[in-house]
Amino acid sequence: MTPEALTEVEMITVVIDGFEVTVPKGTLVIRAAEKLGIQIPRFCDHPLLAPAGACRQCLVDIEINGRAFPKPQASCTIPVENGMIVKTQLTSPVAEKAQKGIMELLLINHPLDCPVCDKGGECPLQNQAMSTGRSESRYEGVKRTFDKPVAISSQVLLDRERCVLCARCTRFSDQIAGDAFITLNERGALQQVGIYEKDPFESYFSGNTVQICPVGALTGASYRFRSRPFDLVSAPSACEHCASGCSLRTDIRRGKTLRRLAGEDAAVNEEWNCDKGRWAFKYISSKERIATPLVRGEDGELHDASWPEALAAAAAGLKGKRAGVLVGGRATVEDAYGYSKFARVALRTNDIDFRARTNSDEERDFLATVVTGLTTTYADIDKADQVVLLGFEPEDESPIVFLRLFKQVRKRGLPITTVATIASRGTKKLKAKFIPVVLGGESAAIAAISDLTEKSVILVGERLGESHGALSAALALSHKFNAKLAWIPRRSGERGSLEAGAIGNLLPGGRPVTDAAARVDVAAAWGVSALPAEIGRSTSEILSAANRGELDALVIAGVDPLDISATALTDLLNTFVVSLEIAHSAVTAVADVVLPVAAVTEKSGTFFDWEGRPRSFDKAIEEAQSRSDVRILSMLADELGAPINLPSVAATAREISALGKWDGAKLSFTSVSGATSPAVSGDQAVLASWRLLLDLGTLQSNEPNLAGTARSAAAHISAGRAAALSVSDGDLVKISTERGSTVLPVVVDEMADAAVWIPRNSEGSQAIATLGNVGGVVVSVVKA
Amino acid sequence: MTQLTPVLSAHWDEKDSFTIEGYKRHGGYDAVGKALEMEPDAVIQLIKDSGLRGRGGAGFPTGMKWGFIPQGDNKEHYLVVNADESEPGTCKDMPLLMANPHVLVEGIIIASYAIRANYAFIYIRGEVAHVVRRLQQAIAEAYAAGHLGKNIHGKGFDLELVLHVGAGAYICGEETALLDSLEGFRGQPRLRPPFPAIAGLYARPTVVNNVESIASVPSIINNGAEWFSGMGTEKSKGFTLYSLSGHVANPGQFEAPLGITLRELLDLAGGIRPGHQLKFWTPGGSSTPMFTADHLDVALDYEGVSAAGSMLGTKALQIFDETTCVLRAVLRWTEFYKHESCGKCTPCREGTWWLVQILRDLEAGKGTEADLDKLLDVVDNIAGRSFCALADGAASPIISSLKYFREEYMQHLNNGGCPFDPIASTKFEAAGSR
Repeated sequence: MTPEALTEVEMITVVIDGFEVTVPKGTLVIRAAEKLGIQIPRFCDHPLLAPAGACRQCLVDIEINGRAFPKPQASCTIPVENGMIVKTQLTSPVAEKAQKGIMELLLINHPLDCPVCDKGGECPLQNQAMSTGRSESRYEGVKRTFDKPVAISSQVLLDRERCVLCARCTRFSDQIAGDAFITLNERGALQQVGIYEKDPFESYFSGNTVQICPVGALTGASYRFRSRPFDLVSAPSACEHCASGCSLRTDIRRGKTLRRLAGEDAAVNEEWNCDKGRWAFKYISSKERIATPLVRGEDGELHDASWPEALAAAAAGLKGKRAGVLVGGRATVEDAYGYSKFARVALRTNDIDFRARTNSDEERDFLATVVTGLTTTYADIDKADQVVLLGFEPEDESPIVFLRLFKQVRKRGLPITTVATIASRGTKKLKAKFIPVVLGGESAAIAAISDLTEKSVILVGERLGESHGALSAALALSHKFNAKLAWIPRRSGERGSLEAGAIGNLLPGGRPVTDAAARVDVAAAWGVSALPAEIGRSTSEILSAANRGELDALVIAGVDPLDISATALTDLLNTFVVSLEIAHSAVTAVADVVLPVAAVTEKSGTFFDWEGRPRSFDKAIEEAQSRSDVRILSMLADELGAPINLPSVAATAREISALGKWDGAKLSFTSVSGATSPAVSGDQAVLASWRLLLDLGTLQSNEPNLAGTARSAAAHISAGRAAALSVSDGDLVKISTERGSTVLPVVVDEMADAAVWIPRNSEGSQAIATLGNVGGVVVSVVKA
Repeated sequence: MTQLTPVLSAHWDEKDSFTIEGYKRHGGYDAVGKALEMEPDAVIQLIKDSGLRGRGGAGFPTGMKWGFIPQGDNKEHYLVVNADESEPGTCKDMPLLMANPHVLVEGIIIASYAIRANYAFIYIRGEVAHVVRRLQQAIAEAYAAGHLGKNIHGKGFDLELVLHVGAGAYICGEETALLDSLEGFRGQPRLRPPFPAIAGLYARPTVVNNVESIASVPSIINNGAEWFSGMGTEKSKGFTLYSLSGHVANPGQFEAPLGITLRELLDLAGGIRPGHQLKFWTPGGSSTPMFTADHLDVALDYEGVSAAGSMLGTKALQIFDETTCVLRAVLRWTEFYKHESCGKCTPCREGTWWLVQILRDLEAGKGTEADLDKLLDVVDNIAGRSFCALADGAASPIISSLKYFREEYMQHLNNGGCPFDPIASTKFEAAGSR
């Protein structure tokens, strides 16, 4: 907000407990008191939820211009007014008695099982019972009891007798997530949180209700009875799952991650995160973790090796060879910089790419010329007059972006337009205008958008690159209306890897490989005589070059071959592979040398979220012995006789900072003309897919409770196609390509007749593995 | 001696009083014709001038409530009639709707015209199936006769009237809980502001009125504001229905000017049941603090009852004679409030749960005098601390009964149980019962 805008807000001065405080109009009394450091006890109040006034714990005495309210008022529901005098429990005996009375009433039916309750030690009820309650209960009656716990989903458990019915959870689900799967039912003392029997609490954001529950009524199945808060050591962290950029808190006990919570960052995730960010961390402690370096022996098997042995073996396989580097999209900026420098200095090549997924040259050009240095932020969404989603499903692919959009839709009816194959659940919740396309038709659909302004925001997802010419069309749309543009990748490391130059056409800091001055700049900083000048190969080209024997060796980190193509793994078979991994994978299975690296909780580093905002974090597990990728690359470079001098994450961060950003001429984007979708007839359809938030992703392994809330896979087809196949919702169809087929239940949806949509990587629906493609190809759809 | 003033109840004794023919025989629907000739604002002014106050309990001036609806705002306005009569002891709206449903329909047409509403709703409690049928019949007759629907009386005014049957929750008599229920949600009170006049049903300006308030409107249109304000007292104008029940010789509805006393009403009702004396009574349902024989001459208008420490409420006069155990009566009421608490706020939800347990112990003679002080202290933590007035209502009988009958509570404790024979209070002599 500009300083001018700030002065436009009317300020109001009130007196609380004898102290004057001036706050913006609309501020609630409870919040104004906070500004003075006066803590009024509360349960239902939450600054990001609409006031409820239900718990009545925050009662205070109020008078306005000499007229006193006849009875104490809930300070969480009353906005300040000029001339208001507030007396809290500190100065009003009436308010103090009222609060004590409410606390006593809250406790009469509360089990006081604090010694076995997960919340004990960090419980607002426990704390406020100490500050506001009596030491002895006057209640001699029978406490209300319920069967316990009730699993309202596979990951959230409800202990109703502990509940103080503040409605934070139900209000969160309704107001913030748009998932009114839980609600209060029954009445009086039997009122309770409940679900519709056939509709469990399968919200992507359900974990937030556990976090904001002011008692131990909602607990996470994975954490329940595992620890006490006072035994945990908390570390501020950044989420590694997507590019939303959530601030997190990681809670550790004896070197093990027990839970993760949403951290507070008003500019990014406010106080929320998604269930994946909260609960998908068991991969870190999986049995598949690699403990020591491994070297493939004469017998063809991997054997434990010492670090010097493994580094020597890796160096022997790489030295003097034509080698490329594949960096999965989850590297920290520092690690990505390490790969970028390692490729150029130690391997003397620009054959490096962080896009472990479908990729195109148009996209690489777009990333280098448009995305580097883009500054669109969450705040731009808050101010937008319209948001356009292109190849982007925020609820599945960047959930905090979804929450921000939903907030603006709810608050002021922000108009949203989406160009997609199907109107997802997220699209419906956002009440978005849905422009249905058949994959390939995006560029024409985008070109037809005609009602944007310079206050509009265009959010481009990484999948838009899968449609030829669509990124060009998106850029043209942004230029036409001077609208803001943002590129939102799915993975946490992509934006940072781009800025670190882990791609064939860029050096760190957005320096074009093809710019001689940029190369000299970086070469001087790195202390080498020259850097390779030709644009390197892309992910697909690196793999096909390996297949053809044009590359002898590959360094691969954090890549699942099935994310790229059905043939990616076989492309590697005749190549010397050095794999840097945290756990055994398809790549380690064929690698010649495997070097174990640190998982995100075991190292420090930085992610850039989709905004390009740095999200730095320290090592959460102090005693972890594993090393960050960059440290290992530095040792390997030493072994190769071409040092990159990046002995630590901190040193790497300093070097990145010293190198700075490119201030020379940027290359201009070469527009690509749009494709059209393939023609289909009869049983044929054009395939489209995306990844659901909760699916078979590697980082979600070992967490069955989370997996239990994943949306089940279905094939979406139009009513016209359903009629032609004489199928209806729930009937099975078989979708096949030359490569294979998959059988899924049908959902009849509002969409183009020519299209079919399936989840990209869900249980029973793995597009690349079974069909060999993620979209844009013609498949056959028949009744199964 | 105050005389009865039957207006709404004038023709209840006629066999067809509930039909449109029966209603029209005595000038029914004439007031609609007169009102539609007036400017809507003039209708509002007339009701303001009459001094009509809400008959649902709070006594808010009806005309002023109508005047709060913003005009020229290009929004739908709604009239909602609260027929969710469920206060213990209150039994005026249901007999009125049984015997004279058309007077409500006519009142609705006039009120809707005044506030520029084209949709009106009656929210009636679901248990009274017989009343629901009468009302449905009346609405159908009114549609057939052109009093409802498009272009009423050819004056270009459209009105659709919807009868909504509730599912039987006391809280849905609270106007904002009623609106939530009407919208299809659980009936729980809403945070105010915004008030219904600004954002009520479906977030549109809405007037919520009691059945009797709206039913009083046609007579004011027909006879004028002065006629109406000529009855009653200085600030409580007009006639109203007093409902006498309990230990009274001839219980029932007594339509009289505001300000009549219980002594006068008891005379009209044949007195307390023979051989017994008045012990305590409620002026307006169980939520209003109880009175005793010392209050027989309190003027039963808004000011008079208030000055004596209670509330006029719904004018449901529940009469209890000396055979009644006051603790037993209070416990039964408290059980009602516990059952009907919606659960939204802590003091009402937990407080009524606790109060029942305390009172049950006291009735059984368990405890000491300190428990009476604890009871009063718990009540003090409930009354005036809750989200809506339900908990205040629950507190009233306890506070007032301890004020007048603390000794009787003590007798339970000293006696090791209730000193009364519960049968005695329910046994009616054949001669005196009816």
